Amino acid sequence: MRKLIDIPPATVVPTEDAVLRAMGVPGDQNQGARVERLVAEALEEFRSEARPKGIVAEVDEDEFAVIYEGAGDNDNPSPLLEIFPRAEVVMLFAATLGASLSDRVSALFDDGKLALAATLDATASEGTERAGIHLDGIVLEDARTNGRADAASRILRYSPGYCGWNLTGQRALFAALGPEEIGIRLTDSCLMEPLKSISGVMVVGPAEIHEFTDDYSFCSVCRTHDCRRRIRELT
Amino acid sequence: MEILEQIAARLERGEDQEVRSLTQSAMDQSLPAPKILAEGLLAGMQVVGDRFRAHEIFLPEVLLAARAMSAGVEILEPHLGKTDLHSRGKVVIGTVKGDLHDIGKNLVGIMLSGAGFEVIDLGKDVSPQQFVDTARESGADVIGMSALLTTTMPAMKQVISLLKEQGLDSSVRTMIGGAPVTGDYAREIGADGYGFDAANAVESARELVG
Repeated sequence: MRKLIDIPPATVVPTEDAVLRAMGVPGDQNQGARVERLVAEALEEFRSEARPKGIVAEVDEDEFAVIYEGAGDNDNPSPLLEIFPRAEVVMLFAATLGASLSDRVSALFDDGKLALAATLDATASEGTERAGIHLDGIVLEDARTNGRADAASRILRYSPGYCGWNLTGQRALFAALGPEEIGIRLTDSCLMEPLKSISGVMVVGPAEIHEFTDDYSFCSVCRTHDCRRRIRELT
Repeated sequence: MEILEQIAARLERGEDQEVRSLTQSAMDQSLPAPKILAEGLLAGMQVVGDRFRAHEIFLPEVLLAARAMSAGVEILEPHLGKTDLHSRGKVVIGTVKGDLHDIGKNLVGIMLSGAGFEVIDLGKDVSPQQFVDTARESGADVIGMSALLTTTMPAMKQVISLLKEQGLDSSVRTMIGGAPVTGDYAREIGADGYGFDAANAVESARELVG
């Protein structure tokens, strides 16, 4: 099963608080009227420029094993190697907010409107994550409707470039998924264009299959350890 | 409060229109432009940088302060010599070949300019040769390289190798940064400095220029 998904633009618009968090502002900080105006302006630009689209394609365990192996650059062991064989559904995905948003950020920087450009960029990063969350909801709901997952099932996304999955894995992922159809291109250095795009695999299954400890070799250089929050939020 | 202190205080609060107007007032009072720059605008930016490093303020406030700084500099610029504006040194920055992420690099540029460095921003997808040629031609003190992709990080080492090959490594220092870049990686490839974030990159640049 492979399908293109038109993501309603309203679903990817972040809240002001989310934009501020994306800019490193802790939740309990009052930033004042000037910052509020800056974020409001960025949100207005975002609403005007974001064109979210997604694509998903289901693969079975064997197919994903080949895609994951990619060019053979991954760290081994890695969490995903343990996780996907226990999945109820394995779904390749990609989503983008479109080229015009990235172009607008660049244009603002070029015009010297640095504050607005950086704030719009943070807004777009947050919006991209929301596009992923929207796809999560569709895939999980479909899996439940089709009886392949139940109420206790959870979904998590994993992407090349994180948790031991080498960035070069994008090539095999793109070959299998074809996100060019929604306007995402892969550069020679495995960078996605437009920049505000995400890709990877969605894994549906019981919450416990996603649990792992962050003591892999690559965890020592990870700045975020965001896996802890993601796993925590599953329960 | 005297006018230079007012400029610094307004800049710290990101009040660009007020900074512009106070800077013009200071000029109208015949205060020397370099003094307004140093004791008003740069003094304010210094506080902003210090508070950012201490996590007392956050990126949006830094950006607004930088905008206010630009508003003041616009008034002063015709009356300043190049060395007044960029007394700290000259830094060539860019995102390395194959990488199109430039937000982090842009923030470093904002912070470096605010700290008194002259910044030559080569943009993104910059080849090793372009970094080295620009540094040589401009007489830069430092090359600052950013990478957001593990696949593009090796280009940083190529720049350092090229500097050595051309005998420039003693006059042009290098610093690197970006999400996947670590201090260990900087040491491994022979970079002179490493910036964990934009504020830290300014500290690194200061150390490199002495």
